[in-house]
Amino acid sequence: MNASITQHRIASGVILMVAAWVAYISFTGEPVEAFLFPRIIAMVMLVLAAWNFFRAVTGVSKVGNGVSWALARTIAPGLLIVLVYIFFAAKALGFYVSSFAAFVALFAAYDPASHTNAMAWLKRMITALIFVAIMYGLFALLLKVQTPRGMFF
Amino acid sequence: MEFLNHFGGVFEPTAFLLLLGGTIGGLILGATPGLSPTMAVALLIPFTFQLQATQGLILLGAAYTSTVAGGAVSAILLKIPGAPANIATSLDGHEMARGGQGAKALHMSFMASGVGGVIGVLLLIFLTPVLAQWALAFGPSHLFWMAILGVTVIGSLDSKSFVKGLLSGCIGLWLSMIGYDDIQGAQRFIFADALTGGINIISALIGIFAIPQVIDMFSKARVQSSISALEVERQSVMASLKETFLYKRALAIGTVCGSVIGLIPGVGGQIAGLLAYDQSKKFSPRKADYGKGYPEGVIAAESANNAMVGPSLVPLLTLSIPGSPTAAVLLGGLLIHGIFPGTDLFDNHPQVAWTFINSMLIGQVLMVLFGIYIAAYAAKVARIPTPIMAAAVMVLALFGSYSIQQSFGDVQIMLCLGFGMYFLEKFGFSAAPLVLGLILGPIAEANFTQGSMIANATDGMLPYFFGGPLNMFLIALVLASIAYSFWTSMVAAPAKALAQGAAE
Repeated sequence: MNASITQHRIASGVILMVAAWVAYISFTGEPVEAFLFPRIIAMVMLVLAAWNFFRAVTGVSKVGNGVSWALARTIAPGLLIVLVYIFFAAKALGFYVSSFAAFVALFAAYDPASHTNAMAWLKRMITALIFVAIMYGLFALLLKVQTPRGMFF
Repeated sequence: MEFLNHFGGVFEPTAFLLLLGGTIGGLILGATPGLSPTMAVALLIPFTFQLQATQGLILLGAAYTSTVAGGAVSAILLKIPGAPANIATSLDGHEMARGGQGAKALHMSFMASGVGGVIGVLLLIFLTPVLAQWALAFGPSHLFWMAILGVTVIGSLDSKSFVKGLLSGCIGLWLSMIGYDDIQGAQRFIFADALTGGINIISALIGIFAIPQVIDMFSKARVQSSISALEVERQSVMASLKETFLYKRALAIGTVCGSVIGLIPGVGGQIAGLLAYDQSKKFSPRKADYGKGYPEGVIAAESANNAMVGPSLVPLLTLSIPGSPTAAVLLGGLLIHGIFPGTDLFDNHPQVAWTFINSMLIGQVLMVLFGIYIAAYAAKVARIPTPIMAAAVMVLALFGSYSIQQSFGDVQIMLCLGFGMYFLEKFGFSAAPLVLGLILGPIAEANFTQGSMIANATDGMLPYFFGGPLNMFLIALVLASIAYSFWTSMVAAPAKALAQGAAE
C-alpha cells in the first residue's frame, strides 16, 4: 500500500475526529444561544471532514505529498530545538539567552559546514550574538517590550 | 477627489521615513527566496503597535508593495522567484540575465511594476469610495453572507482540492470561536489555559505564515546550493525607460490582468503574473521568443503582479473582506488600532484611510527608484544561508508574537498553529482560507447574532437571511464559488488527467 495514501487516511481520520468533537461540544454546550453559530459551522465542518475521510479511504484524495521518512528525519532536529526553545528554554533561561542558544543550535543543526570546525562554531556564535543584539535593540530599547528574564536575561 | 487633501500626511517626517524604510526593507525581504510578502508583513505587525494607525499602515503597505516587486530580483538573477507572484518573471527575466542583460531586466521589471502599481492604486482610489457608499446599504444579514463569501471564494480558488479548501475555511471559523462568547460570556472550546482569551489574530498570522516556512527551510537547509547570482552589467536607466515603454501592449495587458484579478478575492499575484504572461504571449507577433529572454514576458508579468496590489485592497477597505492573505494581515494591522474597515473607516478615520492609500501611490514611485538602484545589491543580501534565515525568522516570530500582549500563551498558540499548518499543508490544505475563516469568523458571528435578533423581532430567520435581492445575490455568489470549485476539482481536473494519461 502506498505510504502516502495511508498517511492521507490517518490525517483525514484525525480531522474527522476533531470535527466530531467540535460538533459534540457545539450541541452539548450551554447556554444554547452561545453555541448557535458554532453548531452551523460544526455541521458543515463535519460533513466536509466525513467527505474528505471517505475520499482518503477510497484512495481518491491525492492532493498533498504527505511527510516522507526522509523529510521527517530532516526536519526532526529543528522541530525538537524549536519545541525546547518555546516550551522550556524561553521562560527558564530568559528570551535573549534562549534565543542565542536556539539560534546557534538551529544554525549548527542545518549548517552544511563541519561540526568539528572551530571557525564554523565561531561564525555561528557571532552571527547569533549580532542577531540577538538587534532583537534587544528593537524590542527592549525601541518597543519597550518586557520579556521574561528567566534565570539569566 | 478627497484623497488629494491627504497627501500632506505622507510627507510628515516619521511617516515618510517609515515609507522609505518599508520600501527598502521590503525590496530586500522580497528579494530573499523563502520570505513571502505575507510572512514579511505579518512579522512587521508587532513593530506597528507603538506607531499611530496611519504610520503603521504606511509601513505595512510599503512592505507589501515592495516585497512583491523585490521578488523579481531573485527571479531574474537566481531563477528563484522571491514570491509565487514572480514565477512568470523568472521565465524570461533569468534568460535575459544569462544573456548579459540582467540590469536591463531588473530596470524593466521595476518600471513595469511601477506602471502597474500606480494604475492599480488609482483603481483603489476611485473604486473604494463608490463601493464604501454601496456598503452603507448592507445590513447584518448581508455582512454575514459577505463574510461567508470571503471564506468560500478563497477556499474554492486558493486550494487544489475543493473539499480541503472549504474544510480549511471551516477550521479557521472554528478557531475564531475559541474563547469567551462576547454576548453570553460562555466558555467555548477552551481545552488549554492559553486559549482562555481566545486566539490572538496577529500571533495566529505569524504562526500560520512564518512557522511552516521555517520548517520548510529546515528541509532545504542542508542542501548545498549550487545556484549563484548572475552578475549585472552597467545599463543606462534612461535607455531601459525608453525601451520599457516600447512594449506598450505587454504593459497594458499586464496592468489590466493584474487589476481585474486583484479585485477578485483569493486569486492572487501568482495567477495575475502567469495569466498576463500567457495573454501577452498570445497577442504577441513574436510568440516564439517568449521563454528565451524576451523583455515583453518580464514586463507583462511584473506589471500584472504589482497592478494586483491596489485592487486587492478594495474589498478589504470597503466591505471588511480581505481579498488575499496579505490583505488579511493588513486587516489585522487595522484591527489592533481599533479601526474597522468599511464605511467606519472612511466616515470616522478619513485621514487614516486616505493617507494610507496615498502612501501606496508614493510608495510605487519610491519602489521604482530604489528598486533600480539597489536591486543588484539586494541580490547579494538575498544570498543569506538558509539556516541563518530559518533561525532568524524563528526568533523573530517568538519576539513578535510575545510583544503583542506580552503573553507567553500567545507564543505557544503561535507555535502550535504553525506546526499544525505545516502538516495540514503537507496534506493539501491551504493557509489562506484558514486565515480568512479566522479573521472573518467574528464578523460572520457578530452579524449572524445581530441578524437573528432582528429576525426574531420581525419576519423570522428564513425571510431575513434568505429574502431580498441583495441576500439572494450574495447567496448565489457563495453557491457559484462552491460550484466552480467543485467543477474544477471533481470534473475538469480528473478529465484533464485522463486525457493526459491517454495521450501518453
